[in-house]
Amino acid sequence: MLEAIFEYKFLQHAILSAMLASIACGIMGTIITEKKLIMMSGGIAHTAFGGIGMGYFLGIEPIIGALVFSILAALGIAKINKKINTSADILVGMFWSFGMAIGIVFIGLAPGYPPDISSYLFGNILTVSKLDLGIISFLDMIIVFVVFAYFHQFKAYLFDEEFTQVIGVAVHLLEYTLFILIALTIVILIRVVGIILIITLLTAPTSIAKQFTYDLKKMMMISIMMGIVFCFVGLLLSYVMEIPSGAAIIIFSVLSYLLISFIKYLSKNSNKELPF
Amino acid sequence: MRNVLEIDGVNVSYENVEALSNINLRVKENDFLAIIGPNGGGKSTLLKTILGLLKPDSGEIKIFGQSNAKTFGLIGYVPQFSKFNKNFPISVKDVVIMGFLKNNNKMFAKLKPLEEKKAETIMKNLNIFEFKERQIGQLSGGQLQRVLIARALAVGPKILLLDEPTASLDSNVKSQIYHILKELNEKMTIIMVTHDMGAISSYVKSIACLNRKLFYHGAPKLTKDILSQVYGCPIDMIAHGISHRVFHEHKEDQNA
Repeated sequence: MLEAIFEYKFLQHAILSAMLASIACGIMGTIITEKKLIMMSGGIAHTAFGGIGMGYFLGIEPIIGALVFSILAALGIAKINKKINTSADILVGMFWSFGMAIGIVFIGLAPGYPPDISSYLFGNILTVSKLDLGIISFLDMIIVFVVFAYFHQFKAYLFDEEFTQVIGVAVHLLEYTLFILIALTIVILIRVVGIILIITLLTAPTSIAKQFTYDLKKMMMISIMMGIVFCFVGLLLSYVMEIPSGAAIIIFSVLSYLLISFIKYLSKNSNKELPF
Repeated sequence: MRNVLEIDGVNVSYENVEALSNINLRVKENDFLAIIGPNGGGKSTLLKTILGLLKPDSGEIKIFGQSNAKTFGLIGYVPQFSKFNKNFPISVKDVVIMGFLKNNNKMFAKLKPLEEKKAETIMKNLNIFEFKERQIGQLSGGQLQRVLIARALAVGPKILLLDEPTASLDSNVKSQIYHILKELNEKMTIIMVTHDMGAISSYVKSIACLNRKLFYHGAPKLTKDILSQVYGCPIDMIAHGISHRVFHEHKEDQNA
């Protein structure tokens, strides 16, 4: 595979985008898991499909449509959730299928042959274009900068929202910022693993990291590294076995998580006396 | 003595349910006030309104004569420790230094050496310095409560506001916490919500009985009249003074 990497531009793009995606995943996945926003993120991701459909319909880059839709969905869920007393769960559930439905309608209305949407649904890291790569790196930089700059505020907000608000930190602003960052992360991940498979890449690396450290920053670092490993091995598997890359990454991630948790569980229990 | 907290005609309601009705309360400097009342009586609502987390429908809350919307840092808030996600990846020290984030919305916030020292002193005073690197899930209830008190003190408050600081702690640890509060009370005003009737006679300087309305505010002598009004229960049950045990049983009845 090595010489192929030097030879083919698309493989270079794939590797670069996998690394960039892992950075976003490691940082935001940790935040999303700690704030229990996993389903919310899934909802935003599926709403983004509406944007992809709109992109095809209007003849603009679908990923731009996805960006617009996911930001609007993130802010919409946050805002409506504050105004009316529905549980966020209900809203997420509705946005989830509503976004998909809009996407399907747009694609149905789009002129010409129906486009191939499977690369957005299931991801195809091997088709990442130069433009995609540019967008991904730009969004990555925003995420890294914002989280790093306001790290202490974010940490306080994640741990204890009420207290943080009481001492005068702009919690509402942090919350909206967080939702926008989630939307950006999702757009990055759509190209790599696709809308349907996003949730695993946001949760598996973090859940593994959590078993090894109690430090938020270290958790982010380990998650980033786990993400890179998952993407590379997944990519390799897809190359060798000729299976879709997104699915390979996800399957490898989940199996690794299960295996590591199982080993952890065994080593924890081997120290204890058996109860019988 | 001046008033540190003035609550005038405060009404708070959730949708159509009135949670607090016409509350008027004045708290003097260096008071140690316990707010008691049945569950659902509006204690937490009152606390949140004082903290500015809830806006009253009408009325006014002043802290040191200023509107409570602008008084960040005068109140040190100690929430109920049982409500926390104990798996959160944060160490004792990191929880305590959260208090220094007061009013800080700047980028790249950093701990000043002076604050580092101050955090150390606070942790030593509360006997949690030896656990400073521990993740909070590895602490006992009493230890975690002291960590949360330390965090509130890091804010540098003039008033300490505690939400059921001794709930689900055993009596030994309870008296430890009250000792800490008593000592802190020499320097600051303390307001706490509690269900612990035992503490009221021995530690507290005044009480406020709350059940939607404020029924009584004054010296910590509970008469059966007050209690029956606040808790709305047959006087028989608490006829023999404030018997601890009877009272607790009664409280649980209300929960059921």
